[in-house]
Amino acid sequence: MCLGIPGQILEITDGEQKLAIVDVGGVRRGVNIACIVDEDHPVESCLGDWVLVHVGFALNRIDPEEAQITLDMLEEMAALQATLADPPFGPIPAQG
Amino acid sequence: MKYVQEFRDPQKAQGLLAAIRALGDQLTAERPGPIKVMEVCGGHTHAIFKYGLEALLPPTVELVHGPGCPVCIMPRGRLDDAIALTQYPSVILTTFGDVMRVPGSRQSLLQAKAAGADIRLVYSPLDALEIAAAHPDRQVVFFAIGFETTAPSTALTVLQAERQGIENFSLFCNHVLVVPALEALLSHPNLQLDGFIGPGHVSVVIGARPYQVIAERYHKPVTISGFEPLDILQSLGMVLRQLAEGRCQVENQYTRLVQATGNPVALAAMARVFVVRDQFEWRGLGDIPASGLRMHPAYARFDAEAKFTLPHGQVADHRACACGEILQGVKKPWDCKVFGTACTPEHPLGACMVSSEGACAAYYKYGHGRPHPAPPPRRLAQV
Repeated sequence: MCLGIPGQILEITDGEQKLAIVDVGGVRRGVNIACIVDEDHPVESCLGDWVLVHVGFALNRIDPEEAQITLDMLEEMAALQATLADPPFGPIPAQG
Repeated sequence: MKYVQEFRDPQKAQGLLAAIRALGDQLTAERPGPIKVMEVCGGHTHAIFKYGLEALLPPTVELVHGPGCPVCIMPRGRLDDAIALTQYPSVILTTFGDVMRVPGSRQSLLQAKAAGADIRLVYSPLDALEIAAAHPDRQVVFFAIGFETTAPSTALTVLQAERQGIENFSLFCNHVLVVPALEALLSHPNLQLDGFIGPGHVSVVIGARPYQVIAERYHKPVTISGFEPLDILQSLGMVLRQLAEGRCQVENQYTRLVQATGNPVALAAMARVFVVRDQFEWRGLGDIPASGLRMHPAYARFDAEAKFTLPHGQVADHRACACGEILQGVKKPWDCKVFGTACTPEHPLGACMVSSEGACAAYYKYGHGRPHPAPPPRRLAQV
């Protein structure tokens, strides 16, 4: 029910009603972008934004820098794991 | 797909799983039973089953599936009210597809539609408004359902109806709120939970701050999570790490979308159109104070409950159904007598079997009909 899908704003179709065309996984659909527009980020600056689409509304912009930070953390964790060759994950030392 | 594929990398999942295993071992070294973490949101439940994450977890860590599916918690009385609305000849009832098969006390919306009721499926509340504009001689009611994720969309649709002067549009408002439901769960004496994976898209709207009460008053760690498999595993690891370090805080894994204070435009629209109900009935959980939204008196002309007379009956859940205990995380679906026999996705008795986000439907679809087989007993060496 709370499903949201990332999409990229391709075109502003109605600046006053805050309507845009968003590419959602290759499908173009009309989306209301009222929730991502404010004085600091007017309608015309929304072109190219990546947004989360839920029931025909853009709920928020996706922050590309934060996404990269999360991915970097995941990378670090995987790398850390690779160096943790000791127990409990490493080979069990042979008993004398 | 950008922002999706990179959060599904199996290589990275291995690293996260190893970290989870280590933390699970550490945390259960001096206590009986696994660490229990509830994923609150039905979207997380769906993703956990779709990607088979549960089977990858060590036996020291157990996921409990929470009540965060607005379809599953809709009580039968509200379904009966929706069906009663369709009995008005002027009414076109519009709704998301998810609720069509939820059983009311006598029939579902799908059965009512088959019997001739004018019920139309929409993708967005804006579609319902379009139907209203196209049929000025009819009364178009939108069956509004969903958590805080969805409530701003219906609020903005009402505000648009007001702007456009479309008066034959109204909401049958069934929006529910996450934090009061979690507080009700946490007050339940049977519940044994160590922490929460918090709902990501609800938090896009309300922010991270409203969960402080869970950490401060109930001393449970919360990590707000995204919906891809790596998001969920990372969030689970973050909850375990908090437990290992003796912390109870609200952490945010989904920083690419969730800010501390939420989305101000969405919150303002909700505050304008809705007020909090004194209480709302949740299927399986009963009445929960301040857990639902109704129309603000200033928008009574868009309120289906003010425009039409409805039965407002309180209907008990089906006797054999264990949805309530399953939603509380006390029982697993296979503990229910009718799971997979009298109650299936084609003929659901309880709401957890209706929605693809319900725990029972997920267990049924992904083959978790029985508990994981116990490991074979260790054989004694033959002598």
